[in-house]
Amino acid sequence: MPEPLISAERVPAATVQDGPPALAVSKLWKVFGPRADKIVGTPLAELPRPELLERTGCVAAVRDISFTVAPTEVFVVMGLSGSGKSTLVRCLTRLVEPTSGDVLIEGEDLRAADQRRLRELRRHRFAMVFQHFGLLPHRRVLDNVAYGLEIRGVAKAERLRRAGEVLDLVGLSGYADHFPDQLSGGMQQRVGLGRALAVDPRILFFDEPFSALDPLIRRDMQNEVLRLHHEVGKTMVFITHDLHEALRLGDRILIMRDGAAVQIGRPDEVVGAPADDYVRDFVADVPKSHVLTIRWVMRPVRADDPLDGPELGADVVVRDAVRAVLSSAAPVKVVHDGELVGMVDDEAILRVIVAEEP
Amino acid sequence: MTTLSAGAVRRAARLPRSWLFGGVVAVWVLLWIPLHGQDTLALSTSELTSLHERLNDLRDAINNTRGSSPVFSAFFDVIREAVDALTVFLQSLISQPAYGRPVPLIGWLGVVVVATLAAYAAGNLRVAVLTAAGFTSFGLLGYWQQSMDTLALTVAAVLICLVIGIPLGIWAGLSDRLHRVLTPVLDFMQTMPTFVYLAPLTLFFLIGPASGVIATLIYAMPPVIRITAHGIRTVAFSSVEAGTSLGATKWQLLRTVRVPLAKRTIVLGVNQTVMCALSMVTIAALIDAPGLGQVVLRALQTLDVGTAFRAGLAIVIMAIVLDRVTTAARDRVEARYRLGPKARGRRRIVLAGLGVAAAVALYLSYTYVWAAFFPGPAGTGVVGGQVAAGVTDASDWVQLHLGAVTDAIRNAISYGLLNPLQALIAQSPWYLVSAVVLALAWIVAGPRIVPTVAVCLGLLVATGLWQEAMVTLAATLVATVIVMALGIAVGVWMGRSDRADALIRPTLDAAQVMPAFVYLVPFLGLFGASRFTAIVAAVVFAAPVAIKLVADGVRGVPATVVEAATSSGSSAWQVVTKVQLPLARQSVTLAANQGLIYVLSMVVVGGLVGAGALGYLVVAGFSQSDLYGKGLAAGVAVVLLGVLLDRTTQAAARRMDAGTRRGRDQ
Repeated sequence: MPEPLISAERVPAATVQDGPPALAVSKLWKVFGPRADKIVGTPLAELPRPELLERTGCVAAVRDISFTVAPTEVFVVMGLSGSGKSTLVRCLTRLVEPTSGDVLIEGEDLRAADQRRLRELRRHRFAMVFQHFGLLPHRRVLDNVAYGLEIRGVAKAERLRRAGEVLDLVGLSGYADHFPDQLSGGMQQRVGLGRALAVDPRILFFDEPFSALDPLIRRDMQNEVLRLHHEVGKTMVFITHDLHEALRLGDRILIMRDGAAVQIGRPDEVVGAPADDYVRDFVADVPKSHVLTIRWVMRPVRADDPLDGPELGADVVVRDAVRAVLSSAAPVKVVHDGELVGMVDDEAILRVIVAEEP
Repeated sequence: MTTLSAGAVRRAARLPRSWLFGGVVAVWVLLWIPLHGQDTLALSTSELTSLHERLNDLRDAINNTRGSSPVFSAFFDVIREAVDALTVFLQSLISQPAYGRPVPLIGWLGVVVVATLAAYAAGNLRVAVLTAAGFTSFGLLGYWQQSMDTLALTVAAVLICLVIGIPLGIWAGLSDRLHRVLTPVLDFMQTMPTFVYLAPLTLFFLIGPASGVIATLIYAMPPVIRITAHGIRTVAFSSVEAGTSLGATKWQLLRTVRVPLAKRTIVLGVNQTVMCALSMVTIAALIDAPGLGQVVLRALQTLDVGTAFRAGLAIVIMAIVLDRVTTAARDRVEARYRLGPKARGRRRIVLAGLGVAAAVALYLSYTYVWAAFFPGPAGTGVVGGQVAAGVTDASDWVQLHLGAVTDAIRNAISYGLLNPLQALIAQSPWYLVSAVVLALAWIVAGPRIVPTVAVCLGLLVATGLWQEAMVTLAATLVATVIVMALGIAVGVWMGRSDRADALIRPTLDAAQVMPAFVYLVPFLGLFGASRFTAIVAAVVFAAPVAIKLVADGVRGVPATVVEAATSSGSSAWQVVTKVQLPLARQSVTLAANQGLIYVLSMVVVGGLVGAGALGYLVVAGFSQSDLYGKGLAAGVAVVLLGVLLDRTTQAAARRMDAGTRRGRDQ
C-alpha cells in the first residue's frame, strides 16, 4: 500500500492563538539591482519582471509577500526555480537584507535588530538547513553538529555531549567520528539537520533541503522531518520546488510565482480550489483522493436522504473514506462539530478516485 | 575618430583577420626592400645618449646624498637594516662564521637533522628522507657554505613574504576593493622580467645580501598574496552561509570556516613563493647576493661549464627538496585531520625521536669540528670535483664530436628563422616598424590597445635603445614561435592521452621548479656562448608553462562535445582542429601570453652567455660603472617590450572570448 501523501501522524498546528505568531511577514519586498530601494512603492513595482529589468536593471525577487506562521506549524513555500522562494527564506533570517516590509519573529521586529542582536537571534531563536548542506569538510560529524554551540561559546565538553544527543536524534549514532565526505548525501543532510537542531532553535528554516537527494532518500528524509516535528514540535518554514513534498509536509502552503504569492492555503484547499490556472496546472497530476477531504466531495443534505448510514468527520481524506462509503448501502453522513453538514455517496467517491475530479 | 576611418575599419573588419595580418606583413616586406638600413636608430655599445648620461648623474647624485638625505635615513635604510638584521642572523646560524667563532652556530650535522625533522613535521617520511639526502649532497658537491647562504637568503625572503603576504592575501580575499587595487599591482610585479629591477634597487638599497633579499621579496610576494586571496574567495559559499546563519561573527567565520577551508590553497601559495624566492635569490648574485648563484654566475662568465653544472646541480637539488616538502605539506593539510588515533600516536613517536636526534645533532655541531665543517677536501668536496670534471669532459666531447649536429641545428634556426626576422625587424626604419606594430596590434587586439602600444613604442625610442630592443624582440618572437609549436603539439597530445599526460607532466612540473639561471648551463655546454644558447634556454624555460596550459585547455573541453564529434564520424585530426583546439583557444592564447613573458625574461638572462642586445646591456650595467645608465635604460626597454607584448596578447585573448560569445548570442 503506498504511503499516504499526508501523514496521519502530523501534529496539528496550534489553533489557539495565545501570544504572537511565530513568524509574521507583511509586505515583504526584495529587489536586486542598482538603486533597488527606489522601486518599491512606485508604479515601477507593478511592472512584470522582464519589463522591470529592461527599464531599471533591477530584478524583483520577492514581491509584496505577507503571511503568518503559527507556533509549531509547518509552513511550506513552494515555487519553481527563479520564483524567489530561496530569496524569501533568506530575507526571513536576513542572510539577504530585505528591501522593504516587515518580518516579526515572535513579535520582535527582525529588521530593526542591529548586528549584535541579529547574531543573538541567529544563535538562539532560529536555525537553517541548506540545500547544499554547507558542512565543514575539515571537521568530524560530531564537530559539525556542535558548530553552532561553539559559535555561541558553549564549553567543549558540554557542546560535544549535546551534539552526541542530537546525533542520536537524527539517526547518526555511530557516525560521530566520520568526516562529511565519507557519508552519503542523505546522511550529510542529517548532519545539517543535526547542526540546526543542536542549538535548540524555536524556528527551523529549510531551504530545499532534499532536492539534491535521490527520490527514495528524499522520501526517508521527509518522514524524518515529520518524525522530528512530532518529537520536538518546532515551528518549521520549509522551501521546496516539489509539490508532493509540499503536500506531505505542509500544514499550509504558499505558492510563489515570479516573486509574488499566488495562493496560500491548506493542502486540500490548494488542490481543491486552485487560485488560478497556474496553480491548477501545477496540481493537475496530484491524485486528488490522497489530498482532498470528504468535505470537498460531499453534497448538501436532501430531504429524502436516508439517515441511517455511517458518519464520518469532514476532515477525513477521501481515500481513507472509500471503504466506509462503498460498503454502506446508504450515503455516508458528513459531520463537523457534531452537525450534519453533507452527504457522500458512492458516485461522488468514485468520481474522485477514477475520474480524478472533485 | 573621423567617420572616414571608422568606415574604413568597418569595411576592413569584414575581411578575415588573418588576411589583414598577412597584408600588413607583405606591405612591410615590400617597404623594407628600399628602406632597410635607414633610420634604424642604431647605437654602438660604448655610445651613450643624453638620457643614459643623465641616469649616470642621477646615480651619482643619489649616492652622494645617501648619507644626508632623510629619505634614506628614515625609509630605505630602515628597511634595509631590518632585512639585513634578519638575513645576517640566519646566515650566522647556518652559513657564516659568527659570534667570534670560526664557524656558524649550527654545523652541517645540525642543519641536516633539523631540516629532516622539519620536513617530517610538515610533510611525511618520504620527503624527510629526500631532505636528508639532498642536504647531504650539498656538502658532497663541495658547496655546503654557498648552499647555506642561498638557503638563508631564501628563508629570510620567504619569512617576510609570508608574514606580509598571507594577511594581505586574506584581506584581499575578503575585500573586493583591496582586491581590485592589488590585482594590477601584482600583475605588474609578475610580468616584469626578474632581471630588470635589480639595478634600480641597488640605487636605494646598495648591493649585498639585504638588497638581494629585497629583490626576492618583490618577485616572490605576489604568488602567496594572489593564491591566498583566491583560496579565501573560493571557499564554498554554502559553508560560509551556514556559519552566518548560526550567528558566527566575521572573525569566527574567518577562523572556523574560511581559513581552514582555504588552507590547502594557501599552502600552495607558500610553495609558489618558496620556488620563486629560490629562483630570485640565485639571480640576485648579480647584485652581490652570496650563495650558489655567485658560483654559477662566475662560471658562466668564464665559460666554465663543469663548475656551473656542479653549482647548478646543487640549486636543482635544493629546488626539488623545497618543492617536494612544501607540496607534501599541502597534501598533509588534507591528510592530517583524517589520521586515526593510532597513526597519530606513531607520528608523535617519530617526531619525538627526531626531536631528540636534532637536539643531540645541534649540540654536536655546535661543539665538535667534525660536525661543524662538512668533511671532505676543501673546494671540491667529496664528489664535486669528479662531477665538474666529468661534465667538462662531456661538454668538450659533445662540442668536439657532435659539433656538426649542434652546429646544424643552430645554423638551421639562425639562418632559417632568426636572421631573416632580425633583419626585417631591426633593419627597418623605426617609423615603419612602429606603424606595422600598431597596425598588427589593432588587427589582433582591437582599437582600444592602440594608445598603450603607441606609448610603449614612443618610450622605446626615447630609451635610445631602439635597435637593441628590436634585436631582442626578434629573438623573443622566434623563441615564442618554437614554444607555441611545442606547446600545441605536446599539449594536444597530453590533453588527449592520459598516458602521455602521466608520462610528461612530472617532467614539466620538475622543469618548472628550476630557477631560470640553471637552464643556461647545459645549453652553454652544448652550443657554447651565443645568442642561440639563450634562445634554446628560453624555449626550454617557457615550454613547460605553455604545454601545461594547452594540455589543461584541451582536457577542459567537455567530454560530451568530443563524444558528439566522434560519433558523427570525425577523424582524430578533425576532432583536434575543429573541436578541441577551437574550444581550448582561450587556453592557447593564455599559453602564448605566458610563453612570451617567460621567453622575454629568459632572453634577457641570456645576456650572460652572449645573447647581446638588451640582455647584454643590462648585465654590463651591473659591472661597468659607465654603462650603469645605459643598463638601466635597457631594463626599462625590456619592461616596455614586456608590457607591449603582454597587453596586446591579453587584449587579443579577451577579444577572442568576447567574439565567441557574441557569435553565440546571434
